[in-house]
Amino acid sequence: MIDGYPDYMIESIKKVEKKRYYNMKHPVKPMSMNERQEMLSKYHPDFMKGTRRELKIGVDKGQVFYNGIVDLLEAAPILNPKDVDLTKIDYDVDLLIIGGGGAGTVAALFAHESGVPIAKILIVTKLRHGDANSMMAQGGIQAADRPNDSPALHYLDIYGGGHFTNKPELARSLALDAPGIINWHENLGVMYDRQDDGEFQELSGGGTCRNRMHSCKDYSGMEIMRNIRDRARNLEIPVLEFAPIAELIMDDKGQVAGAVAFNLETYEYYVIRAKATILATGGSGRLHLSNYPTTNHYGATGDGLVMAYHVGANLRDLDTIQIHPTGDAFPEPIVGILSTEKIRGLGAIPLNKNGDPFVFPLEPRDVESASLIRECKEGRGIVTPTGMPGLWLDTPMIEIKHGEGTIATKLAGEVRKFKRFGIDMTKHPILVYPTLHYQNGGVEINEKCETLISGLFAAGEVSGGVHGKNRLMGNSLLDFNVFGRRAGIYAAKYIKKAKVGKLTLNHLDKYNKMLEKAGIKPNKTAPIILPEYRGEMAISRSLDIF
Amino acid sequence: MGESKQVLIENKKSNDQKIKAGEVEVFIMGKSYKVPAGLTIMKALEYAGYRFIRGCGCRAGFCGACSTVYRIEDEQKLGFDLACQKVVEDKMYLVQLPFVPAAKAEYDIEKIEPTDTTLIEMYPEIARCVSCNTCTKSCPQDIETMKYIQMAVRGDIERCAELSFDCIQCGLCAMRCPADIKHYHLAQLARILRGKYLDPKSKNLAKRLKEVDQRKFDDEIAKLMKMSKKDIMELYKKRKIEAEEEGDLGGD
Repeated sequence: MIDGYPDYMIESIKKVEKKRYYNMKHPVKPMSMNERQEMLSKYHPDFMKGTRRELKIGVDKGQVFYNGIVDLLEAAPILNPKDVDLTKIDYDVDLLIIGGGGAGTVAALFAHESGVPIAKILIVTKLRHGDANSMMAQGGIQAADRPNDSPALHYLDIYGGGHFTNKPELARSLALDAPGIINWHENLGVMYDRQDDGEFQELSGGGTCRNRMHSCKDYSGMEIMRNIRDRARNLEIPVLEFAPIAELIMDDKGQVAGAVAFNLETYEYYVIRAKATILATGGSGRLHLSNYPTTNHYGATGDGLVMAYHVGANLRDLDTIQIHPTGDAFPEPIVGILSTEKIRGLGAIPLNKNGDPFVFPLEPRDVESASLIRECKEGRGIVTPTGMPGLWLDTPMIEIKHGEGTIATKLAGEVRKFKRFGIDMTKHPILVYPTLHYQNGGVEINEKCETLISGLFAAGEVSGGVHGKNRLMGNSLLDFNVFGRRAGIYAAKYIKKAKVGKLTLNHLDKYNKMLEKAGIKPNKTAPIILPEYRGEMAISRSLDIF
Repeated sequence: MGESKQVLIENKKSNDQKIKAGEVEVFIMGKSYKVPAGLTIMKALEYAGYRFIRGCGCRAGFCGACSTVYRIEDEQKLGFDLACQKVVEDKMYLVQLPFVPAAKAEYDIEKIEPTDTTLIEMYPEIARCVSCNTCTKSCPQDIETMKYIQMAVRGDIERCAELSFDCIQCGLCAMRCPADIKHYHLAQLARILRGKYLDPKSKNLAKRLKEVDQRKFDDEIAKLMKMSKKDIMELYKKRKIEAEEEGDLGGD
């Protein structure tokens, strides 16, 4: 055993090493548009039979979404209205923000700036404030601020990257608000990577026509998230942690008027009445759609989609998922965790078990992923001891191309990750396979982050329309800032005129009836709140007697 | 040490089943479980039947929710790591640290100034640092924690911010410090002061902001929004890609 690899993998690594210089000199050419389309239609899960199906109930009845999403929407609401006394209000606020990640925190800050008093804001979150995909984003955030760039070019990249399926007005907001967001970050004290003259170090990414990726080393999301969270803490914005929302509350006028929170530790519920509610619950990687491992955090279970659908808000673009080509496939403890696209950007090439290249390293994410899937399906992948297929990403090429020490300085976080398992990525390749990364669609919003239902706003990964059917890199950190800000501002405006009527959970009874009418007999409930990862043996012996 | 040693021995006795090949024995807060070798501490606890509410966040080493203290049986030293990153070892005694009580200074970033004494005024306890280096040894990110505290004592905000940059705010340093320093909160302040006041600002950005305010791009974007799908697809295909000329790509 050299490094952390078992012997049979080392045999394959020897082939990789032997062909390394040859492979660097003879790269695979990029695909034509037609070849790309063919690759996608044959090997991307978005095009595979059996991954998606038609939804039978609700406002989006007849639309095709991923099975795992439809399963949740066709499950029974988790809350029994009879168990909740809505006459006793535990928290009476102007603005309820569901989710303590990037979008929720930014929304709170801007709602406060727009006049909502601190004491009248409440952030509720499933885990801790800041436990979110926002914290995990590595690469960076896009904004067109260099002289050779423009928000119009950024718009074109967003729209084309989304296969021209985005809501144009949302793509416009994303591009036009971006420079203002970076400026806001500067004023908050976010430490961006800069040149000596103060200009940002800006890199490119797949699908962007200009270099406009602003980064904070390979901890961009963490630096932004911990900074805005510190700001919220200084302002003492109330945060209720470990209290996921089970369902939204409506009023007799058909508006969303708050939510029922569930204390994970004491099992109590809390009734929250609010004039406006912002849904900022993030994504759904932990649903493991199409059985993919995921880069997402523990709480990313798509709860927001479910509770929004229960009150009648519509969803979109959930017939697609973003799989990132290079999730880790070995060793087992890090399966699904991201190995940044920057690794290929710096010159590493994906190779099969024979050490042969099979795809241009920088195809768009969906095409690159499909190519890796094909290679494994056709038997040229390496199968790990736990049965996971994978392909080599030949990282030592980076040191040959850019000089020794490049990996240590440019990919410090990645080196740290592999070093823990005895793998030196400067000397040996890493094993990768596509991983579930991002929820492209979600609850449809407009430029004011309004949903179909009055009183309910949405921002961040839970929302739909900004990225259409495919998000470009660097646009998700931007998304939660741009639309978190907008949600805070427009919710604050809405609050000034809003009047809440009598609280009700009747919509849940109606939803149950709708399920019955459609002939669906749910054996599951939703939202699911947290994924189930307990060992099979432990679950099979579990008794519900205490 | 005497007392904990006794407890360890007691547990050893109570465990009568033999370990199979490919298994290791771990003690979750003193209680014995057998789990497959090669799992992370986090996955081992789940395998044993624990369902996390606390002590689990991103599961990828970024959020600091799962700081864990451990000691391998009969070993002198305590170990510190993240449950989502550290693989279990045989006879490992585990306790998770789901919350760190460490008060953060409150400040208005618009009103404070980055002087030599700002950090020590906000966190005066850093003056009590005895350079024992326990903080550094307990950091799962291998940050030179004590060194950045020394920089803070000296008033070197810039270096303090730089050295602490990879901090995931798990709080292990603060739990171990004999001087009761709240390292990770102090480091957050240092980075904010540097980002806001010390790093030079971008002139390109300032210029672009003015242009956006003057609505310079509105017409051009409006035109793109009105284009037929066919026309905008053509335009999209014809874009010149800056990176193709330079070969320098980034992204996540």
